[in-house]
Amino acid sequence: MSHPASTGSSTSTTIAQAPDALGRFGAFGGRFVPETLMDALNQLSAAYEEAKADPEFVRELEYYWKDYVGRPSSLYRADRLTKFAGGAEIYLKREDLNHTGAHKINNAIGQVMIARRMGKKRVIAETGAGQHGVATATACALFGISCTVYMGEEDIRRQKLNVFNMRTMGATVVPVSSGSKTLRDATNEAFRDWMGSSKETHYTIGSVVGPHPFPTIVRDFQSVIGREARAQIQEKAGRLPDAVVACVGGGSNAAGIFYPFIGDESVELIGAEAGGRGRKSGDHAASLTQGKPGVLHGSFSYVLQDDDGQTQDVHSISAGLDYPGVGPEHAYWKDSGRVRYESVTDAEALAAYGEAARQEGILPALESSHAIAQAFKEAKRLGPGKILITCLSGRGDKDAFEVARLRGEPIT
Amino acid sequence: MNRIDALFARLKAENRRALMPFLTAGDPDLATTAALIPELVRRGASMLEIGIPYSDPVADGPVIAASYHRALTQGVKVAHIFQTLRTLRAEGSDAVRDTPLVSMVSYSIVNRMGVDRYLNDAATAGLDGLIVPDLPVEESASLQDKATRRNLKLIQLITPTTPRARAVEIARLTTGFIYYVSVAGITGERKALPEDLKANVAWLRTQTDLPICIGFGISSPEQVEELAEVADGLIVGSALVRRLADSATRSRADLVKEVGDFIGSLADALNAGDAVG
Repeated sequence: MSHPASTGSSTSTTIAQAPDALGRFGAFGGRFVPETLMDALNQLSAAYEEAKADPEFVRELEYYWKDYVGRPSSLYRADRLTKFAGGAEIYLKREDLNHTGAHKINNAIGQVMIARRMGKKRVIAETGAGQHGVATATACALFGISCTVYMGEEDIRRQKLNVFNMRTMGATVVPVSSGSKTLRDATNEAFRDWMGSSKETHYTIGSVVGPHPFPTIVRDFQSVIGREARAQIQEKAGRLPDAVVACVGGGSNAAGIFYPFIGDESVELIGAEAGGRGRKSGDHAASLTQGKPGVLHGSFSYVLQDDDGQTQDVHSISAGLDYPGVGPEHAYWKDSGRVRYESVTDAEALAAYGEAARQEGILPALESSHAIAQAFKEAKRLGPGKILITCLSGRGDKDAFEVARLRGEPIT
Repeated sequence: MNRIDALFARLKAENRRALMPFLTAGDPDLATTAALIPELVRRGASMLEIGIPYSDPVADGPVIAASYHRALTQGVKVAHIFQTLRTLRAEGSDAVRDTPLVSMVSYSIVNRMGVDRYLNDAATAGLDGLIVPDLPVEESASLQDKATRRNLKLIQLITPTTPRARAVEIARLTTGFIYYVSVAGITGERKALPEDLKANVAWLRTQTDLPICIGFGISSPEQVEELAEVADGLIVGSALVRRLADSATRSRADLVKEVGDFIGSLADALNAGDAVG
């Protein structure tokens, strides 16, 4: 990596690849937060600009990515899945092989390093599926910084293993009992904590959501996925892919793999959202395909909300996608037509989880299973001779208990 | 003249301070809100802040967040709230008609309704201003302009984390009064307020001619009396809202009386402070 924000793309682009001074991606993004947090955000913006221009910061980040996380993650040609889908050749970008089992560690290490540079004594985070919580707890253990993770009670039930692991690494996990007891409520609580503690605390946001500069910081750190995938496919196949597919909750693994391909007009980019049990409100978490532009958690983006601007309840089989908003840059990419967003049901994701296990011996996270389900459809549409990369954003160990429960074969 | 300007002009002439209770519209129901407003005016409230319930408030502590949840759970909509206020303006006593009303509302709600529609409906409902706690000055120029054209005040917040140069800029861009947030944190009752609070407000007074009102954490007659030395007004939210929390076990009349007594005790403390001051 020459620079956290560099795209590695050699082609020109018609889409602006960075937000403006107010943190806007087109009409989306910005800062819609209480005045109490504005100074902390201004300080974070300055600290990030300074860090990414500091070769020593970049060198250290690359060191931890390589020697601690295990980067680059492999780009694996999944022949049996390709045969199963019956069309384009499917490659899997194996973020599941990272230390802690998901892409979240790429961002967590970067942000905790920034927190350390800023002299913060404490880091807080919110988590849905627990992967960002585990990644943040890991980075905090690595750098010796105190860590508190907010997590909804429903997600604590669904993701016991990750809760245990976070606590083992020294983090305090705070159960959130308000509202739907999921990621959205955990995010509210993390913001409330930060309102009173920003002087000594950094809030490590886990996706490309929240007020400026978080969507940019997280995208930049996660772009390592796309930069690697772009170089790896050129090495393996001698050309760029025809399509890239990734799941979208908040959208960080998708932003990370899409961003370095934004300027490559021949590459189709497809985001797979949580279609849940159907199109009825409260039964899905498909913010981009079924939401409206609105404000949630500090930024203007697509939100699932009612006519009064109240956030609606959402559902996904995957705790990591169970969120009523989405990163503002995805909203921008949607409206500009650069990325196509589709919705994938719980049942389709569960089926893809099973196929990946049986065909390839890989247990994908339920989040990533949405991307795999969409990849099956796209591979068939594209047909033989085409190349498709799917971001396998995380591994499915954490979901085994929930899948077993849904199948009626509880493990414990 | 906007009722807020009229209120502060009158209080200044009388060397008095404003008492501003905050209540969540529709908690426990809109009929109670409609009964509380005249009672609070009768017991000494100078202005009322009407919290428009929002599903995801990040600046609010557990007491106000829970009250928003209670109101939303029973289906309160912005249109219902405005209708209740419109009726109060039309049918209330002279004192109720003259008391400024300000909505505390998330930008999510304003944006979804549309800025123009929200402001038009707010103006015809008899509101005099709005506070949009999640809309910093960087994002509020258009709303400020449109509010001013409808004779509505857009009140901005200044907090202990606001750098001084930024505070001066916010003071320049606000209308009606400045809402000075006493603590770096969420709403909620606090036993002790920051030691430098009075000094910070005194400094801000040297930078602006606007009235300065202090909110967040104020809950007792002692605090009201103490802060009356430096503030033009005092805002009391969670301590009032908490008294409505277990509404299922008490009648509406009892709730209204209890909250009225509480605001009456604060008004007495403020008047005592004014008499001393």
